[in-house]
Amino acid sequence: MQPDLRVGGLMRVFVEAVGLLGPGLCGWNAGRSVLAGRSPYVPSPAALTASALLPPAERRRCVPTVRLAMAVGAEAIAGAGRDPTGVATVFTSSSGDPDTLHNILETLASTDRELSPTRFHNSVHNAPAGYWSIATGCREPSTSLCRDDESFQAGLLEAVTQVVVDQRVVALIAYDLPYPEPLAAVRRIVAPLGIALVLTPEPTERTIAELNIALSRGTAEPTRMADPELEVLRTGNPAGRGLPLLAALAGERAASVELELSPRSRITVEVTPSCR
Amino acid sequence: MNSLGIGRDATLEALRAGRSGLRPCTFETVDLDTFVGEVPGVDDAVIPERLANFDCRNNRLAHMALLSDGFTAAVECAVQKYGAHRIGLFLGTSTSGILSSEQAYRHRDPQTGALPASYDFAATHSTSSLADFVGRYLGLEGPAFVVSSACSTTAKVFGNAARMIQAGVCDAAVVGGADSLCLTTLYGFHSLELVSKRPCAPFDIDRDGVSLGEAAGFALLERAGPDDRRDDIRLLGVGESNDAYHMSTPHPEGLGARLAMEGALRAAGLRANDIGYVNLHGTATPYGDASEDRAITELFGADTPCSSTKGYTGHTLGAAGIVEAVISILSLQSGFMPGSAQTRTLDPALRSRYLLVNESAAMDRVMTNSFGFGGTNCSLIFGWAA
Repeated sequence: MQPDLRVGGLMRVFVEAVGLLGPGLCGWNAGRSVLAGRSPYVPSPAALTASALLPPAERRRCVPTVRLAMAVGAEAIAGAGRDPTGVATVFTSSSGDPDTLHNILETLASTDRELSPTRFHNSVHNAPAGYWSIATGCREPSTSLCRDDESFQAGLLEAVTQVVVDQRVVALIAYDLPYPEPLAAVRRIVAPLGIALVLTPEPTERTIAELNIALSRGTAEPTRMADPELEVLRTGNPAGRGLPLLAALAGERAASVELELSPRSRITVEVTPSCR
Repeated sequence: MNSLGIGRDATLEALRAGRSGLRPCTFETVDLDTFVGEVPGVDDAVIPERLANFDCRNNRLAHMALLSDGFTAAVECAVQKYGAHRIGLFLGTSTSGILSSEQAYRHRDPQTGALPASYDFAATHSTSSLADFVGRYLGLEGPAFVVSSACSTTAKVFGNAARMIQAGVCDAAVVGGADSLCLTTLYGFHSLELVSKRPCAPFDIDRDGVSLGEAAGFALLERAGPDDRRDDIRLLGVGESNDAYHMSTPHPEGLGARLAMEGALRAAGLRANDIGYVNLHGTATPYGDASEDRAITELFGADTPCSSTKGYTGHTLGAAGIVEAVISILSLQSGFMPGSAQTRTLDPALRSRYLLVNESAAMDRVMTNSFGFGGTNCSLIFGWAA
């Protein structure tokens, strides 16, 4: 029998809505049947379009990370039927915009180091949070964090803690995109993927599931995706680490999801679907 | 630790003496006409052998700060007390070890374009590298992540830690972080025409932009309890907000700044006149200082002493939050409010009580402001434990 290695108490939150965009996962409504195994997975590339919420100037300037993060965030907020100005946000990604960073590094290695001001402000890790705030008018707290391949899990922990401690509605927005060469050779991300969850402290009429979240020490196997190609996406993009949680939500039955927080600690999420 | 020196005393002494850490920029191969707050000795600093793959300017800065002021020993005590898995690690950086990538891009293989074999992306460039390095160095096993929200980041980590401790996820937390000079930020701020050619002069009538700097700093937070000593310092309130206005220009009326300060006061259960001194964000851009001044005067009126210490340290970007949190705590502890290094003639359009010279006063509570690109704002309030 395993000793009790649980760290801290259980934290309970409720999921109101999901946003999803990645290869062959075009929105939660289409993607959920794939994740639940009811439709075959066909990993066709996802189109990243600038959000219509943005003013025209920002729509022209925004980079792929901003497009991806805003697309899944907007889908989740719309699914929750919420006014985005009242929702705090936790953005999480292992990196700032990969194309922008590559372009800046190329320019700085050239003889003319003059950078574009827009490119510079797009390079900050919190660019998606900034554009989101401009687009939605939301002045609620927002954070932008990272934890390498565990970025989704770190973001989930932060979002859940905010919901529980501050008793407020939080949108978790996780995203990561591939780097161009030569960075792709040293940091491989297989495809763009974004995931968003709207989490609330109390159940509402739109709640789709209750999550009970516990931290533990240990090296339990993380939950994998049954489909081999979805498993490639899970391990090949930091946001993909959240796919088993989305698969549990899509399955609409009680499930336990094991996520790796660090090599020696785990987040266990007990998913209980709402009765409808 | 910043361009004023290593350790709290070096910073306090420089502030008392009115000695700025800003010097003409000779950093790396930078050819810009500007002043920077460079930390001396980083080029010769050594990372512990077992963590050698993490060697980059940013982690060197972090390591130098961890070695100062008995910080590592204090964390070791906390590990004994709580267990390594009960101590969280919430750090901030904006550019992490990107200087390593800047240098690697100059040495790409001419045929294939590949980066040099010695380049380690995950341990240097990656934003998470800082938490990896510090966590391994201190032997911490609790929840850990890096917040990267531009220039508010190492203020915001106090909020992350406070929430995690309140939720019972951990009993204590190491917060802070590091941001090091690099070409990306020097040329980037230059492209935005936000960099001064002189040492920066916040709130001065002739202010014309920022001077950049580098720094690292850390704080150990524990759950407040009945055994706290009277002279322990307590984090009383954290306020966070967004401007919802522009990516690189603050809200003209200082709306987001005001929301952050109001949020911190609300969290602390305090009113504006309970604050004895405000360490401003005050980067010395004409627009940014005016925006913050408006928020300050609307909330505090024109009597609360305030100043920006960026004329001393330069704008240390992602490290500004922790540097100025530490300076605010030093102010509280020593009854000392820093004046200005370069500011001589206050802009008459600004109405707050900006300190030109050092003042002494016994204070009960201090506030520090950190605002960043993307319109991200954070205010912290510190006071005595009892």
